[in-house]
Amino acid sequence: MSTITIRNVWKEYGDLVVLEDINLEIAPRAFVALVGPSGCGKTTFLKMLLSEELPTRGVIELDGAPIPREPSVERGVVFQRYSVFPHLTVLGNVLLGRDLQAGGVRGALFGRVFGAQRVAAEKEARELLTAVGLAGAEAKYPAQLSGGMQQRLALAQALIARPKVLLLDEPFGALDPGIRTDIHVLMRKLWHERALTVVMVTHDLSEAFKLGTRVVAFERRRNEPTDGGRYGAIIGRDIQIWPTRVAGVQQRSDQISASGRDDPLPQSEQRRDDPALNGAAG
Amino acid sequence: MRLINRRPGRGAGRLLSLLPFAATLVAYLVASALRRAENPDDKLLPSFAAFGEAIRRMAFTADPRTGDVLLWLDTAASLERLIVALAIATAIGLVLGVAIGLLPYVRSLLGAFVAVISMVPPLAILPILFITVGLGEAAKIVLIVIGVAPPLVRDIALRVGDLPPQQFIKAQTLGASTWTVVWRVALPQILPRLLDSLRLQLGPAWLFLIAAEAIASESGLGYRIFLVRRYLAMDVILPYVAWITLLAFLMELALLALQRRAFPWFAAARAEA
Repeated sequence: MSTITIRNVWKEYGDLVVLEDINLEIAPRAFVALVGPSGCGKTTFLKMLLSEELPTRGVIELDGAPIPREPSVERGVVFQRYSVFPHLTVLGNVLLGRDLQAGGVRGALFGRVFGAQRVAAEKEARELLTAVGLAGAEAKYPAQLSGGMQQRLALAQALIARPKVLLLDEPFGALDPGIRTDIHVLMRKLWHERALTVVMVTHDLSEAFKLGTRVVAFERRRNEPTDGGRYGAIIGRDIQIWPTRVAGVQQRSDQISASGRDDPLPQSEQRRDDPALNGAAG
Repeated sequence: MRLINRRPGRGAGRLLSLLPFAATLVAYLVASALRRAENPDDKLLPSFAAFGEAIRRMAFTADPRTGDVLLWLDTAASLERLIVALAIATAIGLVLGVAIGLLPYVRSLLGAFVAVISMVPPLAILPILFITVGLGEAAKIVLIVIGVAPPLVRDIALRVGDLPPQQFIKAQTLGASTWTVVWRVALPQILPRLLDSLRLQLGPAWLFLIAAEAIASESGLGYRIFLVRRYLAMDVILPYVAWITLLAFLMELALLALQRRAFPWFAAARAEA
């Protein structure tokens, strides 16, 4: 549960400006969906929140202190792919968050918790697996799971480390629509139950509006080839991306976060067929 | 139907894969029979009876002078050198390969150096080894290590680099240190791939072993082959070659079996990637 403050952040690769003077304050327990066209820098932005990349200029603060310059435990992550470790069982994958934080010489040397701590960690891991709907699959390897189950596992794995901020990089983008709807329900449940601030990059606008308390759209004001990449993306409002839908949806999503109730929005399947939406989401 | 779409059935497939072996055997028998019809004492392509006699002499009869059974003596000497050398090369390959693949500083320091070193033809520096470490066991083992370790280092470094970067980020968000990333994330995923690289290096390892034994040795499979060459003893050389091939083949099978048994997750994970 924590405030993320982004102040005057620029990201440049040589002459290419990716992000231009980004300012954003994310409230504790917010669920921010980052949307925008391909190549607008939303994933770069997420990577900076993760410290996988560093801003060229500007600062990112977590509860008033600049974030560490490398990935750390207070910022958990789920990627679209490769989030779980293929060489560990389902249980092993979840236990890893406890194992890697094991104390003492033996813990630091083997990256493992032992004894009573291990028993407690296993209990916690099993509870988490039950919470994400993977009870019974503890002994399987990720390759034996479907894509949706792998992402459920990735969520459990990220949550056992008790991050303050959960960063999601198109986590459900590769899933079939039906499975995606199921995992949306799970995602919302986890967000309600845990003290998490969530930042999710997605190219699926309906997903953004369905889950988020706030939808932030990145946009390049000028993207002419003749500009030579001198103009980076800025934060446009969501209104600028999809004017007619935002106001009403945003109110509804505000209600969700205020009341903590489940989402009264219509099923996303109906909207996914909207050709205009698909065009905008591309 | 196009040729690319035609597939042999199971039985036909088996038969086809046996065909080249059978053809080779028949070609040998015919050529051998023809030569021996001309000259019953022909040494170049001996009969199978002669092979049987040579195998009995080398593998099942103690040498009258030393009391040793030569084939087993040679096999033990060669395998010892090979296994010691492969163990050393594997250790070097793992340590350097993981370090180069994972740590940017080590990659900057050693990447280019290892790439150049691996281009040095090991046999060309064999004389240097004989001069510096002498004609004993060390020279042979060092030759194999020099020949096999650099490709192993490069291969493992590449395979560490091929691991998805997301995994390393993820591990850090779960609290991993550099060492625990190595121990819990990189190493366990590299080991099955190491067995693949090791399998591919078995051929070169045998090559360097036999070359070293041929030049300076008192025992070993390569030593024996080059010794009896003086007497044109094809009846000994060919069974020795077959025996070496069998040993190499069995080592390959053992590594494959080890990979399957010890890393049950690997086949599916590789298929998915």
